[in-house]
Amino acid sequence: MTSVGSLQRAGVQESGRDDRPDIQLLVRPVLEAQALVKRFFGVTVLDGVSLSLAPGEVRALLGENGAGKSTVINLISGVHQPDAGAIRLDGEHVRFARPLDADRAGISVIRQELSLFPDLSVAEAIFAGHLPVNALGFVDWKRIRKVAGQALARLGLAVDVRAPVAGLSIAQQQMVEVARALTRKSRVVIMDEPTASLSPNEVDHLGDIIAQLSAEGVAVLYVSHRLDEVRAFCSTYTVLRDGRAVSSGNVADTNIPSLIRDMAGRDIEIGRHGEVRVPGRPVLEVRNLSSQHLAGSVQRVRDVSFSVRAGEIVGLAGIIGAGRTETARMIFGLDPIGGGEILFEDTTFGPRSPAEAMAAGVGYVSEDRKGLSLLLSRSVVDNFALAGAVPARGLGFNDKAAEATLLSGFVKRLGIRAASLQSTIATLSGGNQQKVVLARWVARRPKLLIIDEPTRGIDVGSKEDVHDLIRDIAAQGVAVLLISSDLPEIMTLSDRIVTLREGETTSEQDAATATFEGLMASMTRHD
Amino acid sequence: MSISSADGMSRARLFSLLGKLAPLIFLLVLAITFATLQPRFLMPLNLFNILRQVSIYGIIAVGMTFVILIRGIDLSVGALVAMSGLCAAVIAHGGIEGRFALSSDGTGFHWSLAAFAAIAAGVVAGLAQGAIVAWLSVPAFVVTLGGMTVFRGIALTIGNGGPIAGFDEDFGWWGRGMIGPVPVPVIIFAAAVLIAHVVLTQTRFGRSVYAVGSNPDAARLSGINVERVTVQVYGLIGFCSGLGGFVLSSRLNSAEAVAGSGYELTAIAAVVIGGTSLQGGTGGVAGTVVGALLTGVLLNGLVILNVSPYTQQILVGLIIIAAVAFDHFTKRQSR
Repeated sequence: MTSVGSLQRAGVQESGRDDRPDIQLLVRPVLEAQALVKRFFGVTVLDGVSLSLAPGEVRALLGENGAGKSTVINLISGVHQPDAGAIRLDGEHVRFARPLDADRAGISVIRQELSLFPDLSVAEAIFAGHLPVNALGFVDWKRIRKVAGQALARLGLAVDVRAPVAGLSIAQQQMVEVARALTRKSRVVIMDEPTASLSPNEVDHLGDIIAQLSAEGVAVLYVSHRLDEVRAFCSTYTVLRDGRAVSSGNVADTNIPSLIRDMAGRDIEIGRHGEVRVPGRPVLEVRNLSSQHLAGSVQRVRDVSFSVRAGEIVGLAGIIGAGRTETARMIFGLDPIGGGEILFEDTTFGPRSPAEAMAAGVGYVSEDRKGLSLLLSRSVVDNFALAGAVPARGLGFNDKAAEATLLSGFVKRLGIRAASLQSTIATLSGGNQQKVVLARWVARRPKLLIIDEPTRGIDVGSKEDVHDLIRDIAAQGVAVLLISSDLPEIMTLSDRIVTLREGETTSEQDAATATFEGLMASMTRHD
Repeated sequence: MSISSADGMSRARLFSLLGKLAPLIFLLVLAITFATLQPRFLMPLNLFNILRQVSIYGIIAVGMTFVILIRGIDLSVGALVAMSGLCAAVIAHGGIEGRFALSSDGTGFHWSLAAFAAIAAGVVAGLAQGAIVAWLSVPAFVVTLGGMTVFRGIALTIGNGGPIAGFDEDFGWWGRGMIGPVPVPVIIFAAAVLIAHVVLTQTRFGRSVYAVGSNPDAARLSGINVERVTVQVYGLIGFCSGLGGFVLSSRLNSAEAVAGSGYELTAIAAVVIGGTSLQGGTGGVAGTVVGALLTGVLLNGLVILNVSPYTQQILVGLIIIAAVAFDHFTKRQSR
């Protein structure tokens, strides 16, 4: 791990007090975001966030999912425009109509989902959008290769600049993005969860690169869940919660528990749902499960063990990249099992397709509602009936009457708001769509229901309804495996909580005694 | 709710309705125009003439609707019509004179065997193409483009480049016969439309077809075997092409390797004009009927109006583009 001492601090001095905005006393900030406000569809997602970056400063941007980190990045990099507030570059008010404007102004973003052009060569990718030309107007390939080679050499990346980007590992692709920032002479580099797919060695290397950028006077905004990295790489921090900056200061003046408290911000009412469920027989047992290890990629699941009993809700907690969804996908037959064992009702279980898993009694509500759950152009009832909620009549005819009756029951019970059952599902709100998807699976009466991010992107009212439904499902004797990035949600709903970190089970706790700090500590790495 | 947004709602609803009916409105406008310019257009004989012409590529367009609903495409149907037509002809003739004989005494087989041969050839070819698309993940465009050449080649091989002509009356009934005033191919087309409509709207298979075209990942996660549905759909269009090939050779009293050329584009045009999205998941067979009729009416009307065949081609192309553009315009407005 990179030592913090090697980082140049560029004379940044801060108050260290949580209730005051940052004050740059010695160095004029290169980038200032002042009281940024952003609303989407009437919902305020960012409510007056300010932060600044001085040359050479490495600032951590922290917060739970949904706190507004991505929105801050998108505003600074010109993907979205603020509804109020200002962005200043060298003290000048700037407005970026599109990402290219921010790029030209010297702001580079290294995204979690890499935005590179997979079919271009490394050299082309580094220069994409600003290919230098010679006197005749032709692309100056010689210069491109030379400069690209130099930039990569500085980063310690030994790859052929003519090789296609697609052949590189994620870490190498990130280095190519950094090289792009270097050749662009970017003054601000934003890194969004850059280590989510990296191995420990690669993380260390990234730390060295950040130190090097900082030494050259580049300001870095470092977005990560991994607090140990924040401590090692960053000099200052800003914590966002519910669209506001709730604290900021020098990393040296704070500690991890205090950062976690700032991120959570509220007392979490834990798990107490009145009735006491008595778990039944074990339905699912996962023993030392690992995913297939493909060359050139990170093995997402390495050693995961836990069990779920009938009538029990087990929460699977972890940060992005911990391997939660990947574990679920193996249980549901979507991805092949690499090693270890899954037992379903005491027999070895290795479904090769969702259809096989469903036949055994497994259901899976995916975390990606639009991408993996919904048929957006189809009706509410078609979406409900998709997984065979009602068996077909003879000759494969749909039993439309039974489907409508069953769905009407769910509409009442869950408070689904739709103009009619024949309305296109796209016209429903996210919360109502999610209720339809849950109804799709509950109607099948599964023995095990895996629910991945049940309340992502839905309104507070629907969230309550969904929570009630999940408790209901468990009360009826279904084994529920709950995956959520929303720790309070996991703590409220679960009976037991299993934490994953980098593909390995790190703890199993009784939800009644689990604490936010304790779970966070099991989910993140400490050295 | 404010007045302006209420207006916006009803405006969207109006355009949504207009969008659904766009192809039909377009068809009616066209028919009225032709009828005004040339009253002969409306005579029953002429109308059945249009229907008869439409019915063969209409049968194929029914199958094409399924294919396009799952985001696929089939360019091989025209060649498949020729190939299966020749298969039927060979059976009906009991072999080919001078090359080989299938029956010992040189007489032909019953029309039903010929029809079975045509349809079987179509289904096998369709299933094979579907298997390559589904399990080898080769784009349907490429597979069926290759298939187009392969099947045309097989057709040429069977007929040795020439036609096989002359069938008995029972065989000929399927293409040229009438039930009352209605030509038999029109009845076959109507039956195909009806069955396809019921399958798409009432059965589990139909729902799977829409699901695969709307969101294949969601379909797979809901337990649908996406690959199997794909293979079945290509088998289905193979069935339609085989049936079309049999009816066409019956109507022409001849089968040859150049038969059915251009049918793939006519069928695709009928489906797309009928409002089925090339992005898959939306549309249906009712629209396809309107799309097929629109093309048929257009061609017939232009002939009746004595428009030169060269100009006809230009007009048909432009009207196809206009119909689809109008469809997309109304769909955009209804959002």
